[in-house]
This record gives sequence, C-alpha cells and structure tokens, in this order.
Amino acid sequence: MKITKLFTNNRKLVLFSVIFYVVVDVLHLTGVLNDYWIQITNVALINIILAVSLNLINGFAGQFSIGHMGFAAVGAYTAGTLTTIIWKLGVANSITKYLLFAVALILAGVAAAIVGYLIGLPTLRLRGDYLAIVTLAFGEIIRVIINATGYVGGPRGLLGIPKLSNFTIIFFVTLLSVIIMRNIVFSTIGRALKSIREDEVASELVGVDITRYKVLAFTIGSFFAGIAGALLCHLLQIAHPTQFGFIGSINVLVMVYIGGAGSISGSIVAAVGLTFLSEFLRLGIDNLNKIAPFPVGPEWRMVVYAVLLVAVMLYRTAGIMGGREFGILVPEEEGKNATGSQA
Amino acid sequence: MSGIFNFQQVINSIQLGSIYALIAIGYTLVYGIVKLVNFAHGDFYMLGAYVAYFTAMFEISRKDQPNVIIILLISMSTGALVAFLSNRIAYRPLRYKPRLSALITAIGVSLFLEYTSSAMPFIGPSFRPFPDVIQTKQFHIGGAVLTNYQIINVAIAVTLMVVLTYIIKYTRVGMAMRASSQDKDALKLMGVNLEKIIDFTFIIGGSLAGAAGLLAGITYPRINPYMGIIPGLKAFIAAVLGGIGNVTGAMLGAFIIGFAETFGYAINSVIGEGIAYAILIIVLIFLPQGLLGKKTGEKV
Repeated sequence: MKITKLFTNNRKLVLFSVIFYVVVDVLHLTGVLNDYWIQITNVALINIILAVSLNLINGFAGQFSIGHMGFAAVGAYTAGTLTTIIWKLGVANSITKYLLFAVALILAGVAAAIVGYLIGLPTLRLRGDYLAIVTLAFGEIIRVIINATGYVGGPRGLLGIPKLSNFTIIFFVTLLSVIIMRNIVFSTIGRALKSIREDEVASELVGVDITRYKVLAFTIGSFFAGIAGALLCHLLQIAHPTQFGFIGSINVLVMVYIGGAGSISGSIVAAVGLTFLSEFLRLGIDNLNKIAPFPVGPEWRMVVYAVLLVAVMLYRTAGIMGGREFGILVPEEEGKNATGSQA
Repeated sequence: MSGIFNFQQVINSIQLGSIYALIAIGYTLVYGIVKLVNFAHGDFYMLGAYVAYFTAMFEISRKDQPNVIIILLISMSTGALVAFLSNRIAYRPLRYKPRLSALITAIGVSLFLEYTSSAMPFIGPSFRPFPDVIQTKQFHIGGAVLTNYQIINVAIAVTLMVVLTYIIKYTRVGMAMRASSQDKDALKLMGVNLEKIIDFTFIIGGSLAGAAGLLAGITYPRINPYMGIIPGLKAFIAAVLGGIGNVTGAMLGAFIIGFAETFGYAINSVIGEGIAYAILIIVLIFLPQGLLGKKTGEKV
C-alpha cells in the first residue's frame, strides 16, 4: 500500500486524529490534563488495539478466541526482555532508544503472530467452541510457562523495563494499527472473513479457503495483540503474569461484544468507554468504602462488567454499534452504501 | 514407597478423577442437549463448596456433629437451584439466537457468580479453611495411606454416578434427554416439552457439580470464590476427551485426566499443571470426536 494513498483515502480520519492528538497534548502541556489522565488515555489507546484486533478474530471471522491477552503476554515478554537487556548494556542514547523500541515492537508482533499461527492451525479446523477452550487453555499455559521461567522473573514479573512508551508513540501506533486493520476488513480478506462468519459451508462452496483465512485472521489478530502487549509493558515498566491472565482477556472480550462484534467503531467506543468507566468505578468504590458500614471490594467492578455483558447479550445482541461503522472509518472510495458489515 | 508410580498415587488419582467426573457429567449433559459450553458450571461447584462450608460451620456452632448426608443434600440443591436459575434467566432467552451469544452469556454468568461471591462481605476473596466434618481416620494398606475422607468421597461420587446412569437409561425423563440430544424436532412432535427437559438437565448437572463442591471441600480443605475456574476447565477437557455429549465418556475422561494429573504432579509441578491442556490439544488434533464419541459429518 502506498503511503500517499493512506492519507488521501483517509483525509477525515487522519485530520480528526491529528486534531485530537494536538488537543490532548496542548491540554497536557497547559496542565488541564494531569499525568494521571494521560496514563488512563494511554491505557485506553492500548485497549483499542487489543479490542480491534480481537474483533478481527471474533467479530469479523466469527471465531471465538478468549485468550487474547496470552498473545499480548508473548509480545510483552519478547519486547520487554529485549529492551531490558539492551538497556542494561547502556548503548542506547536518546535517538537509538526509539529505534530499539521500534524493533522491539515489531519483534513482539512477529513473536505473537508465530505463536498465534501455531495455535490456530490445528484448532481452527474444528468448530467454534473448541477454539474457545483451546485459547483459554493457552492463556493458562502461557501463565504456567512464565511462572516457571526464572529468567523473565517468574511469578514476580519482569521488572526494570525502560519507559519507552509515551502518549505520542502510543497514539500513532494505535492509529496506524487501526487503519491497517480497517483496510484488512474492507479488503478481499475482510470479505472472505465475513462470508466465513455468515456461513462456513457456503463460503467454502464459493471457493473461500476457510482454514487459510481463519488462520490468517487469527495470526493478524495475534500480531497486533503482541504489539499492544509490548506498548503496555513499556508504559507500566513491568510485565506480570497476572496482568495477562484470564481476567485481562475477559476485559478485552467484554469490550468487543459490548461495542458490537463486527464493528471497528464499536470496539473503539467500548475500549475507551470501559477503560474510563473502570477508573470511575474504582474511584467510586474508593469513595463508597469511606462511608459504607462494610468493606466494598474492588470485585464490584467485575460484577458490573459481568452484568453489562449478560445484559448486552440478552437485550442488544449486536452490541452498541450493531455492526455499523462511523463514517470517518469507512474508506472514502467505499461510498456510502457499502459500509462493510451488515450483520 | 519407591518411585513415582505407587499405590498411593493411584488412590489419589481415583479421588481426583471422581471429583472431575461429577463436574464433567454436567458439562457433557448440557452440551449434548443445548450445544452450549456452560462456562458457569465450575461456579456451581464453587457455590456447592461454600454452601457446604456454611452448613458445616452452622452445625458445628450448634455443637452438633455435622451430618455429611444433610450437607450433601443442601449442596446439591444449591447447585441445582443456581443452574436452574441461570438457565431460565440467561440461557433460555438466547436459545434460538446464534450459539456464540449463549457462550458469551455463559462467561458473563460465570464472572457474575465468581465476583458477586467474592464481593459479598461474608464470603470475601480470600481462602477459607474447610472445617472437619468428621473425625479423620487413616487406614494403612501396603504402604499407602487411605483416609476415611477419600472413601466417603469416592463412595458418594460412585453412588451419584450410578443413580445418574439409572435415571438416564431407565426412566422416561432420561429417555427424553437422550432423545433430545438426537433430534429435537422429533422430540417435540412426540409431545415432549423440550424446555422442561433442558431445565431438568441443568438441575441434574448443577446438583452433581454442587456435590463435587462438597467433596472437594472435605478432601482439599481450602475454598475460595475462584476455585471453580480451573477444575471446571479440566472437567471440560475430560468431557472432550471422553467424547462430548457422552456421559460414560465424561466419566472415563475424568478418571484419565485425574490419573494423568496426579502422576504429572509427581514428576514436576509444571507438567502436572500443563498435562491436561496438552491432552486437550492432542485430542483436538488427532481425535476431535473423543474416545467414545461418534464421528459426525456437518449437515448443510
């Protein structure tokens, strides 16, 4: 894809994104937004990558993966180990450290994609529920392996990762990831994936190689999950096995289905919304704790998530966006009527 | 007692396998009829353990000798009640929607049960020691130690499995359950109320999971709200190994997983934790229909 086409085809999207970036940066510099809110924004942006990449697998290809954070863990530990080792050598200066980070991000994505390919190839030949169980088991296996590997810190976590992520890097990596995944969804691959989601047998009959496309979607999704994991661990400066456990994966899953499976816009809205909601709930629970006669635990946050998930499934199965996209996310040459996924 | 492969480990395996079997039966029954992987099933087991805990504590606080049979009945009815309610509230409205929505709802129900229990001040997120419901007795058989807990555990599990097999094979409702896993439309034409059969399936599955909760509580006396996740997953693997939808297969698979895991842990903790997942992946690649399952082609 030509770089120029990336901009001419997405003038509105790029324009809005740059305006958003400048506004947030100015607000940060003038002190309206403090570091706390910038940190939450960063986490929200990383969650966007995670949610959109999981949506590619669950929403567009119609497969059901519930161990997405396992792939993020692969990326985080790959990149984290690499940068930590090189950082300790002390060879990185203010410019080469960003080069190092770029290499680490790509390696993280590639490592996660390879693992995704190896997991997906045997399982995606089978029916949907099995993938769910295998990805769940995979998340557990990753946790067991990390816990047993002393070199990356074991159950203590990988400490001392240099802080290379910042708002600018995270913002532009997220923008680029979303545009790439958006382009995939609106390409031949995307149409093949949607046909698989609607009817596997029928799409096989019209010549779609279903296993190949399912594995492809799974590999691409894992690639971006790896990048998100790498961004996250360089932001928090720690990679910890519990961070990438089942609950983490469920958070991403909730974002995808509340936003709407098969809608990139939905994933973005839900990722931002739920990240901030979870912070507000945390603050609310802290305040409630001061007045309540009995301790109010942080578990209530997950109770709210669970109720949201069940309620959305019961009363609005298609999610907030219901398979539609915001206008600015549709490529300009697509025209108004071909909004991609009418689920 | 020399080496890893000794009689003691066989006893432990049978005991672990019988707990997995009780959970796996619920998975396989529900999957056979509704085609739903009920992720919340492990949490019915957890609730069974908690209710058993509270009943035992209540009886102990009254200076009574806890009665295992009463605790068992209360655990089983709790499991049955929660299973019935989650079917009615969360799964039934989605019966004719795409199967993935019910699967996601099941995850939601599972999270709800876990975190609501953990948020309740009287349950809390931390581990609780399960009280001794009876005096521990040890029997020494050829170098291995057999406790009366283990005997009770296996005896209850085997009794329940025999009763279940009787219900499924020789009663009218059991016949309807078998029929509904074969052809739902024909079942309706015979004038059977399918929803009633599904309710009954959930009740049986939930009560067995509740019983498994009590058994796990008395044999591994530490309970917490998240205790159901991993055994639930392992029991599901057992159901897949035996051929999902097949009750005998689920029991067989559960004992195989029990053996593999006990001996795996004897070698190395990583192997012990990972062996069930390795079995799952091998089964899915080479034998997706399971040991006793029938190979079926997909209908168009």
